Amino acid sequence: MIHPDFYRIRNGHAIGLDEVPLVTFTEFKPILLNAVVSGARVVLMCAVPENVFLTKGHSTGEQMRLLCVMAWDEEGALGLLTAQVGDSFISLTPECPQVHWFEREIWEQWGIFPQGHPWLKPIRFHKPYRKNPRENITETEIGETVFFELKGDEVHEVAVGPVHAGVIEPGHFRFQCHGENVYHLEISLGYQHRGIERAMCGKGFEKRRLLFAETMAGDTSIGHCLAYTHIIEAFQKMTIPPRALALRGISLELERLANHTGDLGALAGDVGFLPTASYCGRIRGDFLNMSALLCGSRFGRGMVVPGGTGFDADIQRTDELLARLSSARKDVSNAVELLFNTPSVMARFENTGRLASQAARELGLVGPAVRACGIRKDVRSDFPTGIFNFAHIPAMVWETGDVFARAFVRWLEIQQSIGFIKSQLSNMPDGETMSPDAGDRRAPEMAVSMVEGWRGELCHCAISDGEGGLSYYKAVDPSFHNWIGLAMALRGQQISDFPLCNKSFNLSYCGHDL
Amino acid sequence: MFEIIKSRILQKHRTIAFPKKTAAMPDRFRGLPVIKAATCGPECDDCKAGCPTDAIETTKESGLSIDLGKCIFCGQCTKSCPSGTITFGNDYRLAAAARGNCVISSTKAITPLKPLRPELLSLFKRSFNIRVVSAGGCNACEADVNVLSTIVFDLSRFGINYVAAPRHADALLVIGPVPRNMHAALKKTYDAVPDPKIVIAAGACAISGGLFSHNSQESIGADSLLPVDLYIPGCPPHPMTILDGLLRFLDRIS
Repeated sequence: MIHPDFYRIRNGHAIGLDEVPLVTFTEFKPILLNAVVSGARVVLMCAVPENVFLTKGHSTGEQMRLLCVMAWDEEGALGLLTAQVGDSFISLTPECPQVHWFEREIWEQWGIFPQGHPWLKPIRFHKPYRKNPRENITETEIGETVFFELKGDEVHEVAVGPVHAGVIEPGHFRFQCHGENVYHLEISLGYQHRGIERAMCGKGFEKRRLLFAETMAGDTSIGHCLAYTHIIEAFQKMTIPPRALALRGISLELERLANHTGDLGALAGDVGFLPTASYCGRIRGDFLNMSALLCGSRFGRGMVVPGGTGFDADIQRTDELLARLSSARKDVSNAVELLFNTPSVMARFENTGRLASQAARELGLVGPAVRACGIRKDVRSDFPTGIFNFAHIPAMVWETGDVFARAFVRWLEIQQSIGFIKSQLSNMPDGETMSPDAGDRRAPEMAVSMVEGWRGELCHCAISDGEGGLSYYKAVDPSFHNWIGLAMALRGQQISDFPLCNKSFNLSYCGHDL
Repeated sequence: MFEIIKSRILQKHRTIAFPKKTAAMPDRFRGLPVIKAATCGPECDDCKAGCPTDAIETTKESGLSIDLGKCIFCGQCTKSCPSGTITFGNDYRLAAAARGNCVISSTKAITPLKPLRPELLSLFKRSFNIRVVSAGGCNACEADVNVLSTIVFDLSRFGINYVAAPRHADALLVIGPVPRNMHAALKKTYDAVPDPKIVIAAGACAISGGLFSHNSQESIGADSLLPVDLYIPGCPPHPMTILDGLLRFLDRIS
């Protein structure tokens, strides 16, 4: 049950800033911890300058607030709470591990010190957002930090990256090994940091905001773009035409199809099963080309815009999409069934990189990674927006928590998404694809928006300045929650299984680094 | 085994006929911009005002010009323009060997990419190994660079391969705007590639910083750190744009 101290918010709806509940940190901590005990999880936690909550004319200096959004997935409730905070606060991580990365972020961005955080280090290695220097921090150069070390006879360390041996993004990994066995993997990121969050509310970047959203993680263009446009539409009180909602849903699921198919192919490649690796590599392209058929871009660039969609689909186009979809469905079924029917593949997938359900829950993981641990949560069914208010896609789960489960959940989701797109294309609502022009700009408001991207839950939170601009922006990619999941899944595994485990999560570096 | 063979037959032969046949692009694909001469109203710079990456310049002498190295092909200029001066065509051939050749205008069409100079061509034409370095991009360029090694494009049939070690590489292909946190890693990777070496910048970010050119992370593209030999515009460049650029550069097509 949602705790009464939280203000109940709705996904993609704006609230006035005077409605934002404020408590002291002494009150905040037990409220949050009790909520976690009652089954809630932390969707987002960040620090916000106090002055964005105040109307113009008030100057407050350096006062900050902690802001927390919590989700009670089973009852579909979202709660908001903020707390006053000074230059330091008592870390919640020892009692509530799922905030560990958020607290590191708050410390790195604003210099607010979480006392008692067990592994406080930078996560992106950038300059702090405020002038006063961070406490107890000397490192500013990327990668210069104190890494975990395993001590003992015959232990060794393997350091990988930032530049990896494939066409992938940069990140630094340190394995603490004894023989072939990994005792701990530490992941240190920040190499892709482009300063997007700050630029989202920066002056002179207004024209780029939508494009920043599209490029937070290029493989999740539609997902992040939807999260952003939902916020802008909430601020401007736009009603999106049903046809645009359907097109948006189709685009989001095409993105999921392309990436899930690509991942299954890459998993096949990582265990040396080349038939499925080649087929899926090609079929992934077929799904990307379906996005290009809709909007000219394989990644859905330009498809989602505030107010609706940038492109419509005429009848020839929907027919063409249906035809391509049914042939891709046949090909992907064949490729994936071949994968799962091959004993040598299953021998490598099963029991590799197993993550316990309890660990996944405590760490607050999201997306296919958590559904593969038997935990049923999916923004599309728990906090539906847009087309998912009308068309239901059930959340797909599997219990085993291993590489196989993460692969199999993807396959289940592929089948659901194909069915969804087919039914949407066959029953497209008529009408416009853009809502009429935006209404009046109103008083400053706050909105939280969540979207189930292919990798998991995306959450954006913004505060408007009442003059058409934004005074605060925060984006959380599913990778932000899930990188620690990969580290945990690798414990006790052989180091040679790292590529397979890594691919089974397939997390985003740029989505994390922003 | 029988199932694998059956599936192999069902999945068919999928490699595209390019370069023997031209590649068909989706009708909504935004490729090479077409600038109609002399349709602009006096003093009008609506396209420039709409462009999110400052890719458009308007001057009295040369009229309207677009820097494809900055352009992210979002089509905003087309929407902003009252007279239909700029439209996006279907031509995917965008690669250029000099930064200046990325700029097109109503009077200056795109300069067709010339092959590498002969002494290097003799080394690289039949075997060209590329080390890809992702430096602060959004991952879309990686995806469309990577897709060239799938069976659809089958890059290795041209003797071009992606390699894991810079020491095995002939060229560095840089993607992303090269933010501060990647400066040292990119330089080190470049130093590890044996001479003579080629640097390719793929995507608006790697060419000019693209969307991220004015942010706090000093990200203004690959040629702020390295000498770039080949520029491949796009956001991200379509796989055909990259493939066409590489093959022209190596004198495999003309």
